[in-house]
Formats: sequence, C-alpha cells, structure tokens
Amino acid sequence: MKAFTQLKGLACPIDRANIDTDAIIPKQFLKSIKRSGFGPYLFDEWRYKDHGEPGMDCTNRPLNKDFVLNQPRYKGAQIMLARENFGCGSSREHAPWAIEDYGFRVIIAPSYADIFFNNCYKNGMLPIVASHAMVDKLFKECEATEGYTLNVDLPSQAVTLPSGETFTFDIHPTSKHNLLNGLDEIGLTLLHAEEIKAFEGKHKAAQPWLFA
Amino acid sequence: MAGKTLYDKLWDSHVVHEDADGTCLIYIDRHLVHEVTSPQAFEGLRLAGRKPWRADTIVANPDHNTPTKDWAKGIEDPISRLQVETLDSNIKETGALVYFPFKHANQGIIHVIGPENGTTLPGMTVVCGDSHTSTHGAFGALAHGIGTSEVEHVLATQTLIAKKSKRMLVRVDGELGVGVTAKDVALAVIGKIGTAGGNGFAIEFGGDVIRALSMEGRMTICNMAIEAGARAGIIAPDAKTAEYLKGRQYAPKPADWDKAVAYWNTLASDADATFDSVVVLNGADIAPQVTWGTSPEQVLPINGLVPDPAQEKDATKRTSIENALKYMGLTANTPIEQIKLDKIFIGSCTNSRIEDLRAAAVVAKGKKVASSIALAMVVPGSGQVKRMAEAEGLDKIFIEAGFEWREPGCSMCLAMNADRLSPGERCASTSNRNFEGRQGQGGRTHLVSPAMAVAAAVAGHFVDVRSL
Repeated sequence: MKAFTQLKGLACPIDRANIDTDAIIPKQFLKSIKRSGFGPYLFDEWRYKDHGEPGMDCTNRPLNKDFVLNQPRYKGAQIMLARENFGCGSSREHAPWAIEDYGFRVIIAPSYADIFFNNCYKNGMLPIVASHAMVDKLFKECEATEGYTLNVDLPSQAVTLPSGETFTFDIHPTSKHNLLNGLDEIGLTLLHAEEIKAFEGKHKAAQPWLFA
Repeated sequence: MAGKTLYDKLWDSHVVHEDADGTCLIYIDRHLVHEVTSPQAFEGLRLAGRKPWRADTIVANPDHNTPTKDWAKGIEDPISRLQVETLDSNIKETGALVYFPFKHANQGIIHVIGPENGTTLPGMTVVCGDSHTSTHGAFGALAHGIGTSEVEHVLATQTLIAKKSKRMLVRVDGELGVGVTAKDVALAVIGKIGTAGGNGFAIEFGGDVIRALSMEGRMTICNMAIEAGARAGIIAPDAKTAEYLKGRQYAPKPADWDKAVAYWNTLASDADATFDSVVVLNGADIAPQVTWGTSPEQVLPINGLVPDPAQEKDATKRTSIENALKYMGLTANTPIEQIKLDKIFIGSCTNSRIEDLRAAAVVAKGKKVASSIALAMVVPGSGQVKRMAEAEGLDKIFIEAGFEWREPGCSMCLAMNADRLSPGERCASTSNRNFEGRQGQGGRTHLVSPAMAVAAAVAGHFVDVRSL
C-alpha cells in the first residue's frame, strides 16, 4: 500500500449529500478484473453526456460542462470536498480505486458510509471527518477562490487552509500507523498466525459443526 | 456487570487478538464469494505467493453478470464472460466448500444460496465482498459486506481487522396489517432513521413483528440494514431458525444438532443489555411503502403525495428533493398512486425467495399485466427457488398473467447483465436501491414489496395492494 504522510493539493468541491458508490463508479466498470484504470470513469454518468462502457477511450467523449470535475480550474485536484454520508450503498472497492486513480488522495466530509471509509484506508487514501461548519466553510472558500489549496499533514492530524487557519482531525491510531508506513496489513496479520491457529482450535472444539 | 447484546456475544466469541487501541482481529467462519469483487483479491494472493487459510469456508457462485434467459447461448458479453470464467479458474485453484458455476442447477444469488444450503448458521461470522451480506444476520450471524482488499485479507488469514460497532435496537411492536410485508417494514425503518441513520452501528431487529416473520421475511429486513447505513443487521435465532436449517445440506449433522441448537439458544440479547440507540416502530402504523426518489430514505406510504421541496426548510434536504424529482421526472404533490410504470422487476437478494414469489403469485393469479407495461419479469433467487416455485405452479400463474419467468441471478437489481432500464423508463422493483442509474443509465426505480409490484403491473400504476 502507498504510504501517506503529507499533501499540499488543490481542493475540488463535490456538493451533494449521500453520494453512493453507484454514482462514483457505475456498475458496467465493475466487470474489470483489474485494480487500476478506473479514474477516467469516476462519476461517469455525471461527467459525460454519453453512456460509458469499460475500456472506452474517454479523451473525445462529450463532457457535461456543468459537472464540477470538468471545470478547468479543478484540473489536477487531489483533495475532494464532499458532503454527508459519502460513499453509501454498494461495498465496491472500485469506488476508492476510481477516486485514487483519478488523482485524489484525501477526502474531507462530515461523514462517510462505513464500508467505503474502511476501503479508503486500504488504498493509501485519507478520509477526513470534519465538522459540518468546517466543511461548509471549505466549500464556500473553495468555490470562491480559484486555486484553493489545502495542506494536509497526517503526523500532526491537521489541515491548514490558505488563510493559515488550521483544524485537526481524529484518526484511529492503527489506521494512522499503517497509512504513515504504507504497511501490508496481511503481512502484519500473519504475524499473529499462531494466535489465529490457537483460536481456531478452541473454536472447533466448541462448535465442531463449523468445521465439517 | 451489565448484560450483553446479541452483537456483543457474536463479536466477543470471534476476537482472536485485540490491540491496545481496540482494533481487533476477528475470526471469519464463512466467506461468500462472487465474481465481481473477488478477482483482484485472488490476484493479490497469487502475486504475494500466499495460499487461502481455509478454503473450506468458501461458498462461491457467479450471480451479478449471469444472463437470466437463453442460457444455451452462454454469456454473450465478453467482459462479463471473462469475469465469470475468472471466478471459475480462481475457485479451481483454491478450492471451496461449495461452488455452483454458471448454469449449475443450484446456482443463484449468493445471499440466497448461502442460507438455502445451510451454509449460513447462527453464531457465525459471515463476510462477502458485497454490502448485502447483512442478509445473513437473519440467522443470528454477524454478517457484513467488505471491500476487495478485505476479501484478500480473509482469504489469506481467515480474519478481518475490525473495530467494534455501536449497538442499535430497532424494535417493531405489535402486528402488521394484511398486505404489509417485511419489505414495507424495512423501507419504513429506513424512512424513519435515514440512509445514514445506522452508520457506525450494528442493528439488532426485535419486537413481536420481527418474531412473527418467517426466515425469508427476516432476511429481507436484514438485507436492507445496509440501506439504513448499518453494515450488519441481526435477528436472534429461535425455533423458526432451527426449523428452517434442519436437514439442509451443510447444517449441523444429527450427531451435532442438539448441541448446536443449545448453543444457538444462548444467542439473544440479555434482558439487562443496553443499546447505544433504540428505535421503536408500531407494526400497525406501517402501510405498504413506495420510494419516490433516488435514495431508499425517500419513501412514502402508498397513499402519500410526492413531496414538495418548497415545504422543506433544510437546504441540503431541499436540494436532494429537487435533484430527485428532476431525475425521477416527478412533480411535487403528485399522488403516489398516479405514478405510471413501464417495467416491473420481481427479484434480487431482497425479494426473490420462495415466500416472495408466493406473495407475488397470490396477487397475480387470474390477472393480466396492463398493456402499458413494456416488460414484467420474475427472476427467482436460485435454481432451488425456481424449481420449488415451478413445483407449486407459480411459474404458470406468472406466465399466464403476462410476466416473463427467468433464470436466477442478480439481474435488473443492478443491471450488470443484459436486464436493464432504458433512459427515462420507470420501474416498480422489489430490489434494494433506487440510486440514479442503478437499474440502467437514466432509469427510474421505485422500491416496493413483491405484492405491490404485481399490483402495479396489473394496474399500470401504483395501487394499494390492500384494496384489491
């Protein structure tokens, strides 16, 4: 997994509550058996005027100019501003894969759906939970200011606005450690192999029908 | 010491290791696998030179991409076919307890075949790279969806890195009225707490209404827990649970049966257990439900009117209503009963079990699908459900009424196969999500129960099934 420590990047506001993972990456792209290449299809139905299919070359597809990602001022954005319950619905990890492949490493929202939130960490992305008031402020400032850049620092758990104002965010210590070091979680878990085997032995003795 | 909730019991009995900050390694008893969210996990395993920890916990089956008709032609879409064939080869390499390849007599939706073969049991932890894994909580199992990285983690270690959720009790008291089903209860709960209401929680469903439901009805309720934001929905096992499981192929054998049932009987929240949140509904207050918008929380009783954004004071909600009305092509204050449909879909992991098909057939019997309906289809949840329905003559009732009787699969719930809505088409669907584009780009989905879907098919617009 890619490590994450610090990022200074352009923010892009996706101003809609309850964005589901079907909207983030529509189902037809889930037919891929690869982990990469989903970025061009991120928000496909909102981003393009035609119907997208996997493998399609997106360079000449008709763009929906009203959709925020298509505005030239947000080209190269790495920090997504989002509203509450972001990533609800399907568990598809293709959603964070698409967001990451597009170039985003950080999302800032008041709340997330649980599975999506977990999936972000597995892909070296940092989903930050900020207060409604702070998210509102970021949206307003970002929309009013071209080139709106935030500085996200994971070691100090802080985000600094262009004005110099800083807010801090919470993150679970294990998630932070793994993200900072880009650790392979499976490798870490396998360090507990003996414990897993010991548990399995007890579990089998108590409920043999689970091991039939 | 305060008593434990059912969730606490299930959690505590699976903790392999706990870190100082509360992060746990949880042992996984059952790993359900389908073709869409697993290929990258198997590939990751291979690239790292790892082997599956316990292949005998895997129950696998393709369902999302499989066609629901003309099986003799195979899977025509080459990308879908490759994904299904990739599952074939991955399972061939790793092994599995159960694998039903495409066209196998028992193939079906993964959340239907797990329980019907007795591979979902009380007290288990069940995971799948699919958010509707919450379905299996109906058996008193801790069951939830995971991402593909976690699928790989479970394959390699038989554990999941997890943090304990908060506990919510949703109690539905009293009795349901005639014509009101588990689906209506699920939608009413989501309407009450919202699609984010269960974020961070595991929901236990209890109360007389839940106890009175069949296992099929309980699966429908737990299936929709994720639409309320809760990864897991759970219902305490009881005599009905044991009765359902007895004799199924992978259920405990006679030698273990009494011991298993004795253990299952301990799986209930203690009387003095406390929950972080309690929500109470009265069964008698729940009418047949219809969603009108693009989120399952945008739901109303059948006698309701499409909401007017001008009446909404909260700016975010007002924008959501405006967006939903625009997408759905609806006008504020339209009676739900006046909404006309183009297509009807009966199926999905929410409502494709035998009881759902029976309830639908009761309404369909002797009626005809309205001529204004372009397509009405019934997609059974599995080969077993299909054969059972055919043995009962339900297929004939549907076909005579003008429905198409299809092969099992996920079908038009998410339209990864050829079954989909065209832009602007409006569908009464027994599935679980009415998100934009879910059933096909530009398609408009209204979520309802199977009986309500048939009633709408016959009338051409929504009607109160209780009035028929």
